[in-house]
Parts: sequence; structure tokens; C-alpha cells
Amino acid sequence: MDENATARLKKTASNWTLNVALFVAMAIICLPGLWIVLNSLRPTVEIMAKPPIWIPQSLSFDAYVAMFSGIGEGGIPVISYFRNSVIIAVTSTIISLAIGMSGGYAFARYRFKGKGGWFLGLMLTRAVPGIALSLPLFFLYARVGLIDTHAGMILAYTALNVPFTIWLIDGFFRQVPRDLAEAAQIDGCTRWQAFWQVEFPLARPGIASAGIFAFLTSWNEFALASQLTRSTDSKTLPVGLLDYTAEFTIDWRGMCALAVVMIIPALILTYAVQKHLVSGLTTGAIKG
Amino acid sequence: MKAWRLPPPVLLLLPAVIVLAAIVLLPLLLSLYSSFTPFRLTRPETIYDWVGFRNYERIFTDADFWIAFGRTVLLLTVALNLEMILGLGLAMLVERFTRGQRILRTILMFPMMFSPILVGFQFKFMFNDNVGLVNNALQSLGLTDQAIPWLIDGTLAFIAICVAEVWSSTSVFAIFILAGLMAMPRDPLEAARVDGCTPWQTFRYVTWPFLMPFAFIAMTIRSLDVARAYDIIKIMTDGGPAGRTEVLWTLIARTAYSDARMGMANAMAYVAILLSIAFTAYFFSQLGKARAQVAADW
Repeated sequence: MDENATARLKKTASNWTLNVALFVAMAIICLPGLWIVLNSLRPTVEIMAKPPIWIPQSLSFDAYVAMFSGIGEGGIPVISYFRNSVIIAVTSTIISLAIGMSGGYAFARYRFKGKGGWFLGLMLTRAVPGIALSLPLFFLYARVGLIDTHAGMILAYTALNVPFTIWLIDGFFRQVPRDLAEAAQIDGCTRWQAFWQVEFPLARPGIASAGIFAFLTSWNEFALASQLTRSTDSKTLPVGLLDYTAEFTIDWRGMCALAVVMIIPALILTYAVQKHLVSGLTTGAIKG
Repeated sequence: MKAWRLPPPVLLLLPAVIVLAAIVLLPLLLSLYSSFTPFRLTRPETIYDWVGFRNYERIFTDADFWIAFGRTVLLLTVALNLEMILGLGLAMLVERFTRGQRILRTILMFPMMFSPILVGFQFKFMFNDNVGLVNNALQSLGLTDQAIPWLIDGTLAFIAICVAEVWSSTSVFAIFILAGLMAMPRDPLEAARVDGCTPWQTFRYVTWPFLMPFAFIAMTIRSLDVARAYDIIKIMTDGGPAGRTEVLWTLIARTAYSDARMGMANAMAYVAILLSIAFTAYFFSQLGKARAQVAADW
């Protein structure tokens, strides 16, 4: 009896410890993001206050209003940055999905010579950081006139994304049983039709998540963009963030507001895709 | 007449190969060439001087480069180990919950959507010695009455960078390991309990071997990421104070753009890329082993 009670108590206690641990971990994960949102709504005086003000006295959307009201108001050309970011990220995502689908299908469905080597070679291109590419790419782009253009950035991001999309999509096509497409072909479909009518719809959620991953990479990339863009013609949001830094001071409030603008699209997309993403990455791991 | 056609896999892979050749391979060849020249941005004609392996010889005696290399390896070791342990713990905590797990997983992915440059600014803000959250909290709690110079002292700055890295990427490990935990069959766990294993033994000999490939995938992805760490450090300290947090790629970027010594920087970049490719190849071979082992066991 006594023993039972202690055991039960112990169990409850350890359960609660674990719950508290989880809560603390989640709080640490969320805290920096919430801090940014909070500070984008506070006046600069309050951010700079000594001793610190913990309970916000006045909240307002002034930073956002200033940001979107153009250069004259102490803002930065956020709207052009935003537009550039969207155009570049969306276009490069679409292109790298098309390329990734054909490449992933080749890896998932065909046997050919040196398959493992090709795959590894594609993955190794990921070992080259954007900053290492930026210099020679700057040279080439200067020759062909792609500096500070959307096309140049789209091309660069497509190349960054292709290896990873191929990896993901390969995994998703492998999950679709081969028999289904073969059955369709026996029933008179061409291979092309079998692909679009049978295999593509089944792999679609996975392909969507590969697309969102590609979008996020392009949306967030900084090292290449900082070298290959010059003006509002093609500057993206991550580069725009630097507009808030001066030699020795940083406009923390404005920067926090721009950060929020950058995160929101990413947040929505990631939420939509999180389930498929994990399964896509891990099928490659286990069934390789 | 029947036209000769490329075999389908070649045709399907062609676009990927073309894009990568144009945007990755060609620039790499160009930079390989320039690494054999004393090329300076300020004097374009220097690209035609061939100096052979002089840049590479200098690198091997360049203390700054090898210190930066050592620091990158240190960052890799510290960050990956912490992320692995924390990620494992986090995954096991989240796995206990059956209800509300979707929400928890979404929160878990939260740091992954932050751009590295954003992570850098955010932690630069939080670790700011004057207005940062960390110092404000420490002072308000009365733990210290001075401003701790987080990003100004070399050691503290390195710690701050590690914190930023760990915060932004522990979730990569957590998510992969969580996926592994959820894919794991229940029977062996019950069999282990029936056979009288302690929880630790169950974890060590049943759960962990199954999770290993998942952890290795996360390792591979992350080791490549940390090996080319640039954005976060560039923003937080820019390699300072006095080069105390300089890692490989901040050093290379400084050599290339601030000192304008492109040839030298490209040579450094090549050494760095080859080193990180060696690392990746090693991880891939380990992954293959772990995979084979799991396939044999299950």
C-alpha cells in the first residue's frame, strides 16, 4: 500500500518534471521571435531605456507605417524589396521544381551507369557556400550583364536549390509503388500519361513541400544576394535589412519590423508543409 | 529514318546538370584558375600572372588561416554535439504527447524559418551589452550590476555565437529524431521491457540503433552548414573582436573583399571546400554503414 503510493507519487512527479522541461524548452524557442515582435511595436526610447522597461507602456504600428511610407519618411524602399524577393523566390522555386522533378524521377525510376556517383556529385555542390560562388559568379555576370537583375538572381537560386529538390523528390517518387504506373501503362497509357495521371498526383504533397523548402532558401539567402544586387532593381529583403544599420548605430525598431515582415510568409508556408517535409527527408534516410 | 534519341535518364537529368554546370561548376573553374594568380580586384590585369602554387604554399604557413580552421572545427564540434543532445531530449519530450503534437512540432520548426542573417541580428540585439535582453534580464534580477560585454570579449562572443547556432538549428536534429521515434515499431520496446531491461538499456540497445540513421542525416546536413557558417557570424561579430571569432568563411570573405586579394581568397576557398567535402564524404560513409546495420537488424 505504502509502496504503491510512493510509486504513484514518483510517477506523477517525474511526469510533471518532464512537462515543465518541455514548457521551458518551448519558451526558449519562442522567446527570441516574440521579443522581435514586441520591439517592433515599441518606441525607440523604450527600447533604449535604462533601467529597462519590462512592461510595455505604449504600443503602436508606427515602425510599420514609417517603413511602408517610402524613403522620405525615414523608411526604406521596402515595397520594392518585397516585390523583388517575391518575384525571385517564386520564379526560382517553379524552375527548380521542374528541374528537380525530372531529375528526381530519373533517380527514382531508372537504373543507369554511375547513378550513385551522379547523386553524390549533385549533393556535393551543396558544399560550396554562396560566398565562395559570389566572386566568380560576379565576374561571369558582369560579362553577360546579369548583375543586379532578377534573371541573374533567379538563375543563381535555382542552382542552389536543385540538388536539394532532387533529393527530396527522389524520396517521394520512391514512395509511390512502381506497379501503379506499370498497371496504367498496361491499360494503354503512355509513360508520359502514366506519370501525370498516376504518379504525379500521388507524389504531389511531397513535391509541394520540396517547393516550399526551395522558396524558403531563396527567400532567406543573403551571401549571394549581397554581392550580386546593387539597387532597388533587384535587392531582396535580407539585403534590405542592412539598410537599418549605420556605421555605429542600428535602428533596432525598424529592423525588428522588417524582420516580422520577412518571417510572416515563411511562417505560413512552413506550417502548411511541416508534415510532408519530415517524411520526405526521412524516407531517403531509411530506404536508401 | 529513326532519329537517335538520348536515353530517358540522361534526358531527365540534363536540365539539372546544365544549370549546375553553368552556375556552380563554371564559376568554380574560374576561381580555381584565379587561385593560381596574384589576382587583386584593384588591379584587374594581375589575373594573367601565373604564380603556380604560391598562394597555396602561403596558406600552409598562414597561422591566421589555420587558427580560423581550428575555430571552425571547434564551432562544429561544440554546436553539433549540443544540438544532438538537446535535439534528442526535445524529440523525446515531444514524443510523449499524443495530443497537441502538431502544434508542438510547428513550434519546433519555428527557428528553421529564420533567415541566418535574421538570426544574427536577433542575437546581436539580444546580446547587446547596452540594450540587449540578456543583460537587461541579468541586471533586473540582480545577478550582475555591470553590463557584460557579450560581443566585445572574444570568449563570450564565441559562446554567444554558439548559442545562436544552437538556437537556430537544434530543431533540425529534433525533427529528424522525432520522425525516427514515430516510425519506430513498438514490439521490440515491449520485448525489451518484458526481458527486464532498464530504461537506459532499452534506450541504448533498442531505441538508439534505430534512431542512428536519422541522426546521421541531420549530422550531414548540419556539418555542411556549420562548415560554411558565414551569415550569423558576419552579422554578430564580423570575426571580431580582433579576429577572436574569425572562422574560415569570414576570413575568406575579408581577404577577398576588404583586402581585395581575390587570388589568395580563392585558394583559401578551395582548401576550405575540399576539407568540408572530405567531412561530408566521411559522414556519408557512416550513414551508409548505419543504414546497412538497420536494414540487417530490422
